[in-house]
Formats: sequence, structure tokens, C-alpha cells
Amino acid sequence: MQSSTGILRAAGVIPAVVAALFSMAVHSGSAVTPGSRAAGMEACVAPTAEIRRYHMDYLKHDRIKVVRDGVRGVKYSLAECVDCHAEQDGNGGYHPVNGDGQFCNKCHEYLAVSLTCFQCHSKKPEQKRSAASLSGEKNAGQSSLFGLLMKFDEAPALSAEEMAQLHAISRED
Amino acid sequence: MAGKKEQPQDIKRREFIGSTILAAGVATVAPGVLLTVANATSEDEGANSEIRWGMLIDSNKCVDNCTACVDACERENGIDLLRRPQGQGDEMWNAQRPQWIRKVKLRDRQTGEVTNLPMMCQHCEFPPCVDVCPTGASFKRADGIVLVDRHTCIGCRYCMMACPYKARSFVHQNVEQQTIRAPRGKGCVESCNLCIHRIDSGATTTACQDACEKDGHKAILFGDLKNPESELSKALQQKSSRQVRADLELNTGVRYTSL
Repeated sequence: MQSSTGILRAAGVIPAVVAALFSMAVHSGSAVTPGSRAAGMEACVAPTAEIRRYHMDYLKHDRIKVVRDGVRGVKYSLAECVDCHAEQDGNGGYHPVNGDGQFCNKCHEYLAVSLTCFQCHSKKPEQKRSAASLSGEKNAGQSSLFGLLMKFDEAPALSAEEMAQLHAISRED
Repeated sequence: MAGKKEQPQDIKRREFIGSTILAAGVATVAPGVLLTVANATSEDEGANSEIRWGMLIDSNKCVDNCTACVDACERENGIDLLRRPQGQGDEMWNAQRPQWIRKVKLRDRQTGEVTNLPMMCQHCEFPPCVDVCPTGASFKRADGIVLVDRHTCIGCRYCMMACPYKARSFVHQNVEQQTIRAPRGKGCVESCNLCIHRIDSGATTTACQDACEKDGHKAILFGDLKNPESELSKALQQKSSRQVRADLELNTGVRYTSL
């Protein structure tokens, strides 16, 4: 009995989450830096709420695959984050993605979470694009169902309970 | 009597339950397995233990005062992007700056014979740097490449002490600029990784080999030690080669001829 109510509850929550994500897509503001490649794209490699909550876990999981096992074609890659989210400076170059007011820094500064990735990793996209970044674009195209557009200073349009359910779903994956 | 009649039925019921559970198990596992297989590409496979990457260096062909391999390595791995810390003298800078490959000149004191050779991480089968690493940051990949996982490196430099080839470097200064293929930051140890980013994307040569070949010396040959058909294995079969400090029984992946 317990498990069947669990399934029913989960079945109810999934459409709710989808509806919530659609409603987010309608907002006019965006956390994405204007003038970055991401601004012109419909979605990240996963739904926005999921990426916001789990990007650090996903990146850590995939970095172990890359460094330890030599698996290169991973879904979540820091280089691809930088590729899409770095803002062009108008002179053919890019602003560092961890610079003041830039995509990564904006949120990390607000939340007081130190951003140590870029002590070692490149803060700007490489001028000539690698094959890996191209496959990343393909991935993004597939999940274009959900929008990236979401106000930066606005709480995600999910209740605490819905968020907890979403976490549970993602954990199971 | 009644008991005898019931027994076969009972067994049937158990068999039925058993096979149902088994079928359910297969049904739940199979989609996952199929998904993984369907998504697999060459990049997804990762390092393969049926390969062992290695090198053969012909020190007869290595030319005095040529630094093509060193320069190419620095360009490839972003070492040339490092800036000297303010106020540091030449001697300190040259002693401390990272160097993945360096030229070594040997001179026979009696005959005066001079031998040149490039020295780098020898990618041992039994790497002492991995033995001593307290965090597991120094490790050997399935395909024999010995490298540092900078995410777990605490910069203690035990591996630098343990390496008989002086192959490892420490980054002493803040790093402003990196390339995507070679992340680098203050406080981590690093060394030659046989151009891992090139190998993983399907290349069959390293930057140093390309540079040496471009200059017409062809002293460096990179390849798979486990594949008897590889150019490297064939060359090793034909020429007598040596491991540097073979007495340590580390079974190095980098070997030298005419040494």
C-alpha cells in the first residue's frame, strides 16, 4: 500500500514539475548573461531548476569519469559551461565567466559560495571550438522543451515540497 | 497420501514464483543495459586496459641544442602561459618552473662521448609516485598513463621526492591564464601525461613526437606497447633498448635506444 501511494504521489508531482518549469519559461527576465551564447539558446543540457540545484554534483560526477577513466564525451562539462555562458567583450574576446557581474560570479557571490573551479580551469572559451562543444550544442537542442529564461533574483517557482520531490526524482536517476 | 499429492503442486508454485521474479529482474535491468550500449561512442569508452601507451626514444637521433620537443610540449600543455612571479631571479625561475619534458646531456668522462636525450615521466608500470601519494591523486590510468588528478592533489610533493626521474613539477605561483585542455593552478604537482587530451580524442602522436619529426630528427616514437603490430612494438623488437634505472624494476613505458 505504501509503495503504491508513493507511485501515485510521484505520478502527480511530475506533471506539476513540468507545469512549473513551463511557467518559469514565460518570465521575461533571465539569469543568463546577455551577449553570451546561452542567451540565444532555449535550454541548458538539463532543465533549469535541475541544473541550478545539481550542477555541482553533475560536474563532480563527470569530472571523475573524465580524469580517472578517460571518458571524454560526458554530458556535464565545465568547459561547455564556459563556452556558453561567457559574455563577449565586443573585441572578439570574452569576459572571464567568474568576473564581476558575470554568469557564474553573480550567483556564487550572492550565495557566498566560493567559486574555486577557475583557479585552475580556463575562465574563457577557447577561440577555436573543440568537437566536444559542438556535441554539447546537440544535447542542448534535444532538451529545448524547457526554457532558460528565469529572473535571477526570483525564487524558483516551486514550493519547498515540490523541490524536495524533484530532488528525490533526480536522486533516483 | 495427501501430502504426496500436494508436494508436486507446491514445487510448481515455487518454480512459477521463481521464474516470475527472474523475468521481472531481466525486464528491469535490460532497458538500462540497452540504453548504455546504444549511447556508446568511441569517446564514451574511456581508457582501455588492452592498450599500454609508451615511447621509444633514439638518443642517437636527438640533436644537441635542439629544443623542439620541449617547446612543443610547453605550447601544447599551456606551460608557456605561466608568468614569472615578480622579483624572482633567473636561477629560481628556471629551477622551479614546470617542465614536463627536458633535455639531458650525458658525457662520458673517459671518452668525452656526449649523448643527448629528452627526459620526462617514464609512465612506469609500478610507479613510485602512486605508491607514496597520500590522497590517491597520483594514479595510473587503465591504459598505462600515469597522471595527477589535481582535484585531489594537496601539493605535498611526496611524489616529486619518490620519482627517480625527476619528472614532476610543482606550480608555485598563481596562474592567470590556462587552456581548456591543460587546467593548472597554484599548489598542485604535474607531469607529462603523454598528451592525454590528444590520445583521448583519437590522435596517435604526442606534441613532442610531432615536433621532433617536423624538424627531421624522428627521435621519438609513440605507440601501444601491448599491440604487437604497432610501429613501436616492431621497433622495440628490432633494436636493443634500455629502461633508465632498470634496476628499480619499475617497467617503464618510455624506453631508450643507443644509450
